[in-house]
Amino acid sequence: MITLQNVRKTYGGEVRIGPLNIEIPKAGITSLIGPNGAGKSTMLLMIGRLLKMDEGRIRVANMDIARSKSNDIAKILTILRQENHFITRLTVRQLVGFGRFPYSKGRLTKEDEAIISKYIDFFGLTDLEHRFLDELSGGQRQRAYVAMVLCQETEYVLLDEPLNNLDIARAVQMMEHLRRAADELGRTIVVVLHDINFAARYSDRICAMKNGQIAAFGTVDEIMRPDLLTDIFETRIEIIDGPYGKLAVY
Amino acid sequence: MSTHAMHEAEIGSPPPLAEPRPERNRLITVPFVLAVFAVIALGAVSLFTGVYDIWGREDGRDMFFITRVPRTIALMLTGAAMAMTGLIMHLVTRNKMVEPTTTGTTEWAGLGLLAAYLLVPGPTLVMRMTGAIVFSFVGTMIFFLFLRHVRLRSSLIVPITGMMLGAVVSAFSTFMTLRFNMSQVIENWFIGSFAPVQAGRYEHLWIIVAVTLITFLYANRLTIAGLGEDVATALGLHYHRLILLANALVAVCVGVVAAVIGNIPFLGLIVPNIVSMIRGDDLRSNLPWVCLTGMGTITLCDIVARVVIMPFEVPVSLILGTLGAAVFILILLRQRRSGRVR
Ligand SMILES: Nc1ncnc2c1ncn2[C@@H]1O[C@H](COP(=O)(O)OP(=O)(O)OP(=O)(O)O)[C@@H](O)[C@H]1O
Ligand SMILES: [Mg+2]
Repeated sequence: MITLQNVRKTYGGEVRIGPLNIEIPKAGITSLIGPNGAGKSTMLLMIGRLLKMDEGRIRVANMDIARSKSNDIAKILTILRQENHFITRLTVRQLVGFGRFPYSKGRLTKEDEAIISKYIDFFGLTDLEHRFLDELSGGQRQRAYVAMVLCQETEYVLLDEPLNNLDIARAVQMMEHLRRAADELGRTIVVVLHDINFAARYSDRICAMKNGQIAAFGTVDEIMRPDLLTDIFETRIEIIDGPYGKLAVY
Repeated sequence: MSTHAMHEAEIGSPPPLAEPRPERNRLITVPFVLAVFAVIALGAVSLFTGVYDIWGREDGRDMFFITRVPRTIALMLTGAAMAMTGLIMHLVTRNKMVEPTTTGTTEWAGLGLLAAYLLVPGPTLVMRMTGAIVFSFVGTMIFFLFLRHVRLRSSLIVPITGMMLGAVVSAFSTFMTLRFNMSQVIENWFIGSFAPVQAGRYEHLWIIVAVTLITFLYANRLTIAGLGEDVATALGLHYHRLILLANALVAVCVGVVAAVIGNIPFLGLIVPNIVSMIRGDDLRSNLPWVCLTGMGTITLCDIVARVVIMPFEVPVSLILGTLGAAVFILILLRQRRSGRVR
């Protein structure tokens, strides 16, 4: 369970995020949606301890994020930023392998190697595994980073716009994988998505943000309402019933 | 979620555990063994290059152990040290044009030496070394702090600013030497040369072996630091501590070399770039290669320095400076071609 209590962040005096109060239950996918600048990344970064909050308290699995040891947190929680992809001349396999660092400290065991191979294969990077990152396309690189993060095999996974740069097939594949990790391994996944329909199709819960506040939080059916979405995105949005559930049309 | 259940069939079972196919970054490979032999051969050439006739003269044997052996060992250690500093700095700054000469670290080390002479009349080698290490540390720190405010990490702005910082420090040093009549100190330092190396005057260079071991132990952590603060934190590391460590490793290398040998420019630029082009940026597997290539390059340059105007010799820094400038331009051209100047 992820709990935020009165979490606030102020950027340079004008932009205020919060107070955020939310309880994200264990297991399942929670999508964060909302317009640009709503505060989605800010909230995710604070949960992932990459950004210090000004006030409030965040607990993940009963661990106080602000007080726990970074290496202990790394074993239960991982986070991938929206655009942190520095282009280093590491091979795909070396990069993904660093996901095992919290456990192996760099000495990869046979098991580690098998886990690394599993994620490389799953993200269709098998043929590219010995290529340097600076020789990949944007989408391939994005997949390599997501593979590294999942290779950490943590209970809690926070992903900021993981579908960036991915084609439709890859995006669907990635979401199906996350879905499976949630269903079969009981992972708690929080993911920022811009495509409402992806959120509706694959999440258990949706958290909608606007102007630094949590505007609504609930199940897919509770959030996929034309009035609510129209209000949040300030764009006319209709909801129709599609073959896989509700679809937003705009 | 019924819709998900419906798709379960299409997705199939979870990815089966694949065959482990470890990245075999084995150290002992044929090219590596060949490189080791090449460096040993260069070392041998270095041992037997010189004006003094070590075979004919009666004290030849003594001279061999008093000057030739120390000189060759000093070359090897210095080469490894300076190449390694370049490697560490490239990694943590993510800029291929950064090395002690282009960050002002070298100039700070010079100022540190000078400070030792100003504070204590006739300072011992240890005092000079401490001065150089402390000032290198402070100087590198200032540079890293400046770097935090630069968005375009890979841009040319970074080394240019570093060199400007270095120029300011160097100007200050010059002023001090003129003011206190110590131009000799700075001159000896600036023209880094292995000619004065002899038994009893170079042994502190062995500190570099310890630095290399520490670097090797922290290699994976430093590589992760190279992926940025966020990735490092997500993997449970303390980014700022790692930067401090990198800073300290660089300062010790530069400081020790500055006090014992002098200014050895551009080796940290030449060697890691060549290695990175071929082998990528993984510190742990590259470190032995970088040390070896550094040893080979500086030994070769020193041999050239000793034979071009025999029976005299030119300072090795001159040869390295020339080579370094060429490599610097090469990197710029390469980056431009692949459109990676950003
Ligand atoms: N480092 C910063 N300094 C100042 N203001 C910032 C900073 N980072 C974010 N902000 C501001 O905080 C607000 C929330 O930003 P945030 O990145 O959380 O939005 P977001 O919901 O992730 O948007 P997007 O969909 O564009 O990624 C925005 O108004 C943004 O301008
Ligand atoms: Mg964002």
